[in-house]
Amino acid sequence: MSDLARSQNQETFVLNLGPQHPATHGVLRVKLTMDGEYIVEAEPVLGYIHRMHEKMGENRTWAQFMPNTARLDYLGALSYNHGYVKVVEQAMGIEVPERAEYIRVITVELNRIASHLLWFGAFVLDLGGFTPLLYAFDDREHILDLLESVTGARLTFCYFRFGGLYNDIDDDFVTGSRAFIKRLRKRMPDYHNLVTKNIILITRLKDIGILPGEMCRKYGATGPVLRGSGVDYDVRKNEPYSVYPELDFDVPVYSECDSMARYMVRMDEMEQSMRIIEQALDKLPAGPIMPEKVPKILKPEPGDYYSAVEAPRGTFGIRVVSDGTNKAYRLKLRSPTFSNLSLFGEASQGMLLADALALMGSLDLVIPEIDR
Amino acid sequence: MGEYFKELFGGTKSLVVGLGITIKHMVKPVVTLQYPHESLKMSARFRGHIELLGDEETGASKCVVCGMCQRACPSGCIALAGEKPEGAKKKVLTSYVLDFTKCSLCGQCVESCKFGAITFSKEYNLAGPRKEAYIFDLKKRLEERSG
Amino acid sequence: MMFIPEPLRLLAFVVGIIAFIALNAAYLVWLERKVAGHIQRRIGPKEVGPFGLLQPLADGLKLMSKQLLVPKGVDPYLFKVAPLLVLVPAVMSFVTIPFSENLVARNIDIGLLVIFAFASVNVMGLLLGGWGSANKYAVISAARCVSQNVAYEIPMLITVITMIMVTHTMNLNEIVMQQDGSLLNWYIFRLSASPLMPVAFLIFFTCSLAETNRAPFDLGEAESELIAGYHTEYSGMGFGVFFMGEYANIIIGCSLATILFLGGWQCPLGLYPGWWWFLAKVYLLIFCVMWIRWTYPRTTLWGLLNLSWKYLIPISLVNLLLTGAMIKLWPLLKTFLMGAS
Repeated sequence: MSDLARSQNQETFVLNLGPQHPATHGVLRVKLTMDGEYIVEAEPVLGYIHRMHEKMGENRTWAQFMPNTARLDYLGALSYNHGYVKVVEQAMGIEVPERAEYIRVITVELNRIASHLLWFGAFVLDLGGFTPLLYAFDDREHILDLLESVTGARLTFCYFRFGGLYNDIDDDFVTGSRAFIKRLRKRMPDYHNLVTKNIILITRLKDIGILPGEMCRKYGATGPVLRGSGVDYDVRKNEPYSVYPELDFDVPVYSECDSMARYMVRMDEMEQSMRIIEQALDKLPAGPIMPEKVPKILKPEPGDYYSAVEAPRGTFGIRVVSDGTNKAYRLKLRSPTFSNLSLFGEASQGMLLADALALMGSLDLVIPEIDR
Repeated sequence: MGEYFKELFGGTKSLVVGLGITIKHMVKPVVTLQYPHESLKMSARFRGHIELLGDEETGASKCVVCGMCQRACPSGCIALAGEKPEGAKKKVLTSYVLDFTKCSLCGQCVESCKFGAITFSKEYNLAGPRKEAYIFDLKKRLEERSG
Repeated sequence: MMFIPEPLRLLAFVVGIIAFIALNAAYLVWLERKVAGHIQRRIGPKEVGPFGLLQPLADGLKLMSKQLLVPKGVDPYLFKVAPLLVLVPAVMSFVTIPFSENLVARNIDIGLLVIFAFASVNVMGLLLGGWGSANKYAVISAARCVSQNVAYEIPMLITVITMIMVTHTMNLNEIVMQQDGSLLNWYIFRLSASPLMPVAFLIFFTCSLAETNRAPFDLGEAESELIAGYHTEYSGMGFGVFFMGEYANIIIGCSLATILFLGGWQCPLGLYPGWWWFLAKVYLLIFCVMWIRWTYPRTTLWGLLNLSWKYLIPISLVNLLLTGAMIKLWPLLKTFLMGAS
């Protein structure tokens, strides 16, 4: 709490930020107790877009739940697809062909770039700069075109299948991806010159919105938020899955803990994703994209299964309990933004409204994924 | 003092560089598509709502009313019925209704069909004032298409 | 010259100014959308009329036909009077602005002072509008606008004082007259008056951006924080009048910069001076204002105050001292140099 707020006999007022507000990018409501422009207390109020995805998982067959995973975090749908097929494959003991794994990595990383590009635009929009958003969308559109040509959808991809993929990629996709990486590499300096090095942006982000590593741990924050606080944790490295161990990439970590660090982590991650895609395209083996035998009706052995992937916003964990039938007995989704948001209340205390919104933007919230 | 001027000139330079980038983009051609006047062709794999496929010769639906698509659908948007005419070997489709208001375009129905009787349409310009406009009678649409 | 009675002449000018402001507000929105569009690689409005040129008309009609909502709980009097408090001073300021040698409503000796007097009423309108709306966002925005305006009036006025020291007059007509001749006579390049003249121009321009609440200083209507700021609760023409006032203030800011530094209606080469040169320079500056808006993110309140107190005020003070010294020293130096040669 600011000294100002303490000294003035709690002359505060309540400001409802949302559920309809330009800065929350969805139906999130934050109840702010304000002292002038200073935030005394912030309380996120959730549930405006709750759709009971976990309950749906108990009422649908394993395969029927697939489309739901794309609707949690609609910006990083493929990572969520990946998490779900991974846990079911683990439960069923299905081996995934290597080609399918490589294609999964390529598409997931493309999706990660698309998600970060949108975040980049939306974040700068939160800070009042409109133009970078449209430049980022211009690039993102190319990724969506690429992904549409293989998955058939532009946003709610439902591309992975238990054991493999919905369909194979073609040469057009490979050349298209390479061309896109070349294009984005050319555009990145523009982004850095226009936004990253801009003095106004630097003064708004540097040393603002400090999230100490300890606080991130306490609330279970993951992903770029955690890595911007100096904790080197990435599921792709720490609990390697798919073919990530065979690819050479770095995990960007910044220890400044401020909004700028989180910004830089995401910008660097885009570069790393490009590296991953390039290597995966080079190493792409020939072969089938589905295993020879996948049971028609899935009935995993009764048991408790957990699996996690690194989604664009952090660790997406999924835990299923099977009772041996064709539906899950219990399905629990651990979505990264939920944890990332929960630290907002503590972190924003005593901050100016404008800085708190910059902090909120740097958390990269996707509301449907918080509420599920 | 040195720090002060460094900050001043560095900051001013970054602002000028930013202006340079936007003006550079301003003189470049536009990248948008003038949507209602021009529109894109959807890619071959685009998943629109489903459509029945007819037999190339007879034009009749290839559907054998096995009901796999109905069972595969997570949202229960497909309702179909068929009957077995006298002396025929296979069932014949009598009605196939898609409730597009519930459809999430996941494509599991098309994947589940072993007879190649359904496919994705490439339609994406769907808009209408009433909910009823999105309850498609696919059999009727097939008959209209085949003539 | 035909004799026109003074009251009629003034009336004609006021009608002309209001028409000019309304048309400008409408077409500057069009221009703004076109500039924003092309900067962002789109084309902006294009459907209504050729190149979307009738778009402002359609927008204006829409605004005028909308109901003027007065929400429950607002102060009905302040709520209604606030937009006028923004627009009317802007109209009044135009009275002294010389578009060309003869095209000026009132050639007053203290023209510069009149403009700044009216310009400070403007912020009153924003404050009352925000307060009268009984909306928390609007109140925050109004408070921001006031502190911002107060902070930026200081460097701006220091710069203007410097200019008055150089020009020896507050009559805008005369200031332009002094910049007769070529480009080098414009005050922005008059380095003999003060070596920091271009910097003074930049300070003046920055301050007028901040005074008119334009990006990157648009804290008052920071849409990602305060929805629409002080005009959140206004609908129809209530919003429209605020909007016109805002654009009128931009034109005034750019006109003043043109008159003080860029030679007003004078041609860069000394040929064919006239109102067309004045308008061309003003619109060029307005284009820069838009260009800046679509390039930068928004500053914060403390960032803005930092800029004002740490950079603009000290530099403009240095400029003031330097100008004073130059006024005394330059004649001496000149005679010395003359004598030496």
